[in-house]
Amino acid sequence: MIEIKDLHKSYKMGSNSLHVLKGINFSVEEGELVAIMGSSGSGKSTLLNILGMLDGSDSGEYYLDGVPIKDLSEKKAAQYRNKFLGFVFQSFNLINYKSALENVALPLYYQKVGRRERQDKALNYLDRVGLKEWATHLPSELSGGQKQRVAIARAMAAEPKVLLADEPTGALDSKTSYEVMDLIQKINDDGNTILVVTHEKDIAHMCKRIVHLRDGVIVEDTKIEQVRAQEYV
Amino acid sequence: MWLFDRDLWFEIFHTLGKNMFRTFLTMLGVIFAMMILVLLLGSANGMSNGFDKIFAGTASNSLFVWGQRTSEPYKGFERGRRIRYKIEDASILKEQIPEIEVLAPRIELGSHRDIVTVYRKGQTSGSSVYGDYPEIDNITKKKLVEGRFLNDNDIEHSKKVCVIGEETYKLLFEKGEDAIGEDIRINGVFFSVVGIYKPNNNINIDGENAVFIPFTTFQKAFNSGDRMGWMAIAVEPSTKVAVVENQIKAILKNKYDIAPNDERAIGSFDMSEIFNNISAFTNVLKGFSFFVGIFTLLAGVIAISNILLITVKERTKEIGVRRALGATPIVVKRQIVVEAIVLTAFAGLIGFAISVGILAILNSLWGSGDDFPFVNPMVSIPQFGISFLLMVGLSVLIGLLPANRAIKVRPIEALREE
Repeated sequence: MIEIKDLHKSYKMGSNSLHVLKGINFSVEEGELVAIMGSSGSGKSTLLNILGMLDGSDSGEYYLDGVPIKDLSEKKAAQYRNKFLGFVFQSFNLINYKSALENVALPLYYQKVGRRERQDKALNYLDRVGLKEWATHLPSELSGGQKQRVAIARAMAAEPKVLLADEPTGALDSKTSYEVMDLIQKINDDGNTILVVTHEKDIAHMCKRIVHLRDGVIVEDTKIEQVRAQEYV
Repeated sequence: MWLFDRDLWFEIFHTLGKNMFRTFLTMLGVIFAMMILVLLLGSANGMSNGFDKIFAGTASNSLFVWGQRTSEPYKGFERGRRIRYKIEDASILKEQIPEIEVLAPRIELGSHRDIVTVYRKGQTSGSSVYGDYPEIDNITKKKLVEGRFLNDNDIEHSKKVCVIGEETYKLLFEKGEDAIGEDIRINGVFFSVVGIYKPNNNINIDGENAVFIPFTTFQKAFNSGDRMGWMAIAVEPSTKVAVVENQIKAILKNKYDIAPNDERAIGSFDMSEIFNNISAFTNVLKGFSFFVGIFTLLAGVIAISNILLITVKERTKEIGVRRALGATPIVVKRQIVVEAIVLTAFAGLIGFAISVGILAILNSLWGSGDDFPFVNPMVSIPQFGISFLLMVGLSVLIGLLPANRAIKVRPIEALREE
């Protein structure tokens, strides 16, 4: 599903440049649930941004579902993001003047799905995250956990190949974190490929594989026994 | 065609509607600008209409010609000779100058603006008395309050009839008395009143207190022979009055042995000059209002652009999210430009509606008065169309500014956690 070969990325900071990713080799099969761990500055967010086509790499290859991702125009990148990827952010990033349902329907709007179908699909996904009754509520009327579930529903609504979650539990207390992880595990159980960036060990152990990043290289990549979040809820 | 994409419009109205206060503030500038434009233009139009109303009934392309005294000796004549026209001059001029549409000869009792005492049952009025042809009505229209004006039948049979001014009526008759068919006496001759006219407040060539009788009757009753006092001449619209004026003078100078360089022997007055001055004035006024209005509008649209720029900054995160979710730059750009257009157009319409209301109120307050030139103040459809198109055109250009700013921010920067 994801294929990365010798990926390099550096940022220019004035006169000197900062080498953030120093040759990443990494692949993800369909249906995997991967945690990307590392301390801040390890390059995990940069890796996720490149995977999410929000940023480009300096050198190396990146294939997503067999499609080479290289030197994309903004337009192409937007279309690929819409088609291939679902995003979940630490701070939810819901549009604050749109109801939960409208937020979930937004990626479908950019897919040019008809209005009626959009509403139906969005409501279906809201139902799957258990927030059907909250469809008409604004984000400000939802709790943190509910907001993140709406965000997950939004990411799933476009039926992406890969779900990218950047610290999805970073802004949540541990109980809500486990609820969100439970949801992510269930989505993974349905066969969806998911990447989770986190620095929390317990969250990482709820995935099926942990990739450790340190100073721009992968130092450890192990498959683990998944801890079901259900047990903690 | 994206223009008819229901979702785009839904998305735009949704965004604007959910941010009512911001939307309203943004529109305020354009609302006021449109109001100023329409009010200025409408008032200028009202003024122009007002002048038109005042001069309605006066042929604008016309002149008056009368005789004065010569100021140069010529062909053995001394200076100071009085020029008296003959009735035959009318037909000579008409024959030789085809551009003359109407030529109405007139003769006055006594000298110019002389007053003659008119009697009726012991009441008297000092009035001007004119011998006229019915054609004069085509040049300076009389507003008749009762009866009729002189007609061809009166001329043909030299009928002893007259049309009197309202002022004359007031002096000769009791209030409310029916004057039609009554006799009045001028220099011992009786004339039957057939009409009463109301003097035009604004252009007054004949004086307020005047009696009009048929030209032919005048000749017989007052023994004027073939004399003619002056001529009112309407020139066909495509010809300049000054051209005809010169031709007339040349013919008359030749006929009456007037020195070619004698400027004073023939008196004339070109009506079209007044009209040209007034229409030049109202046109300048209209042009100026349009100019001022358009620049105010420009300022209003720039205000919209400004506020959109601020909102774009405020919405950086939202735009980043939209782009992460698959909005292409052109979609983002289009949304912001169309937002600018919708805001401007909507604000323009509101401003238009308000100012049209104000103009309607102004019209009902002052629009009907005769003394102030302000009639039906309203903008014409082309005027409105041009300003509206210009406004929307500007809003497209100016909406591009915040739109470009919006897509310049890369989604990764927009989404960066604080």
